[in-house]
Amino acid sequence: MLKIDNLKVSYGGIHALRGISMEVPDGKIVTLIGANGAGKSTTLRTITGLVKADSGSIKWNGNELIGKNIDRIISEGIALSPEGRRVFPDMTVLENLRIGAYLRRDKEEIEKDLDSVYRLFPRLKERSWQLAGTLSGGEQQMLAVGRALMSRPKLMMMDEPSLGLAPLVVQDIFKIIQEINRQGVTILLIEQNANMALKIADLAYVLETGNITLSGTGAELLANEKVKEAYLGKRKD
Amino acid sequence: MIKKNDHKKAWITMVIAVAVLALVGLLDNLPSTIVPSMLLTVLQKGAIYALVAVSMNLLNGFTGLFSLGQAGFMLLGAYTYAVLTVPVERQASVYQRYKGGGLGFSVTQSLGNSMGQFGLLLGVVACLILAGCVAGLFAWLIGLPVLKLKSDYLAIATLGFAEIIRAVVMYEKLGPVTNGSNLLYGFTSFTDFHLGSLKLTTVMPFLFAGLCILVVVLLINSTYGRAFKAIRDDEVAAEAMGINLAKHKRMSFIISSFFAGISGALLAMFQASVQASAFKAAMTYEILLIVVIGGIGSITGSVIAAFLFVGCSEWWLRFLDNETILGNFGVKVKFAVVFGAVIAAVVAFGMLRMKRKGKKLLTHAVQGQPAVNWRAVLGLAVAAIALVWDIWFVISPNLKLPLLRQGFRMVVFSVVIMIVVLFFREGIMGDREFWDMGRRKRAAAKKAGASE
Repeated sequence: MLKIDNLKVSYGGIHALRGISMEVPDGKIVTLIGANGAGKSTTLRTITGLVKADSGSIKWNGNELIGKNIDRIISEGIALSPEGRRVFPDMTVLENLRIGAYLRRDKEEIEKDLDSVYRLFPRLKERSWQLAGTLSGGEQQMLAVGRALMSRPKLMMMDEPSLGLAPLVVQDIFKIIQEINRQGVTILLIEQNANMALKIADLAYVLETGNITLSGTGAELLANEKVKEAYLGKRKD
Repeated sequence: MIKKNDHKKAWITMVIAVAVLALVGLLDNLPSTIVPSMLLTVLQKGAIYALVAVSMNLLNGFTGLFSLGQAGFMLLGAYTYAVLTVPVERQASVYQRYKGGGLGFSVTQSLGNSMGQFGLLLGVVACLILAGCVAGLFAWLIGLPVLKLKSDYLAIATLGFAEIIRAVVMYEKLGPVTNGSNLLYGFTSFTDFHLGSLKLTTVMPFLFAGLCILVVVLLINSTYGRAFKAIRDDEVAAEAMGINLAKHKRMSFIISSFFAGISGALLAMFQASVQASAFKAAMTYEILLIVVIGGIGSITGSVIAAFLFVGCSEWWLRFLDNETILGNFGVKVKFAVVFGAVIAAVVAFGMLRMKRKGKKLLTHAVQGQPAVNWRAVLGLAVAAIALVWDIWFVISPNLKLPLLRQGFRMVVFSVVIMIVVLFFREGIMGDREFWDMGRRKRAAAKKAGASE
């Protein structure tokens, strides 16, 4: 279980997170919704250690993560599929997947995980020798998810997996997220597409300008008037 | 199955390597009436330049760090090797401006005296590794501050570092070791190697450079190599995968410099003398030229381009640097006819390619202005000017060929690199390798078969 307590982060004087507290229970899908600049990506980047926190604590199964190096955090079972996919364009699909397992040394298990990623995304197997930069947007997103899975995470964080994808492809991606979750991986999901995200979420948080303003189950927030107004596109009458 | 494939690959590599070494050894020992000595020179220097180009490619093409310090690291390697191997009895004459200069011992000489050819080889290998280590050590030191810089800033800093090294080596106070700005010579060189009466002058640089390049290839195909490529492609994503950026950049920089150091030492052996003033930025420029022409991110490309470049600069394009006066009017007419024929052939080839691709000089648009194919028009204009000049040259009374003079070769090279960068940015090989061309073809064939 991931437990964030009173986390504050700033970029050179600008407060990105003003003391957020949240929990990600094991085996659940948790989503974080909010407008641009609310601090969603910052939260994920701070958890992985890409950004340094000012104060507060991030506890992963009781261990403090703040102050640890990225490689330590990732080898403890947390993976990030970054915003905008960020696959390595001039490397093959296979190389991209292998980079995901970079910190692992158990060769046989890596081969097994490679097989299971290929089972999850048969399209990637067909294109394993293709350069990742030549894949379509949806395939690149699959690759980014597959790459994150290769570190065999217990918690997988996804930063806007639906960004720039066609509605049908977005549905596929969400199905896959649920499938990964069924296999026992906890999911922390950031989405602009609040409707889709809340539908699959067990637990949801709304982030506004660095503060958590609302929280509840996905269904509760879907029914919430404020959320409807601000994120689900319902007009004020 | 993968294991089996790897075994097969290793065998094929070994057979090719032995075949190449045997062929080179044969060339070495054929009489000079059959094998021009220039060919051997090109092969030796080409192998050395291939190694240094590969080392630069490891940094620029595979890790995405744009560094221009190669000449500096080569200098360090060359001097380390030379200082360690000047024979004791020649040290007095080599260091004549510095009384009591020199180390007072020579690694290769002492080992060679006690163990013959094997000792000599052992000594040379030890000194080569030391040369690489000295370059690597300096790379580590300079890397501490410099690797925090990115792209062009890194290039400027490393270029400056190479100049500093050159100045320090030439410093008067270091004379007893480095011989200041004077030549170091007399040390063990490739000509000292022989097997019985067989000469191994060209085999040795091939062997050393080949082994080093093999190490780089293995490195690039390892987990570390993948991490380097990941850093090149996307630093942030690489970091998110748990790759320690600082550590891997430093590693790539040190390894690249290590091999640059070894190639510097090999260059010293090839030249049989070494002088700091030769390791200028121009040398780094030559290596960069090889890397770009060969294809940034391709080991095979760097090797091919190295031999091509050395061949052109030492042998085939030498004539560009010599002022040439034609013997008589007849020779001039012959020259003009050949020149005109070459131009015509190039134009014909270009036209044929345009026709095959269905392009035209002028495309009549349905509406608006017609589109002009400027590239083709420009090409035709240049060809026309060349032909007019050709005719004028036949009519005019002078017999001296224009443009050919000291330094024109470098102009031609610079024009070539501009053309490569403008029109063939991929270089000879792009980022492909000789050994995975078959694999991709097979994959494509499989796909085509599956879709049928």
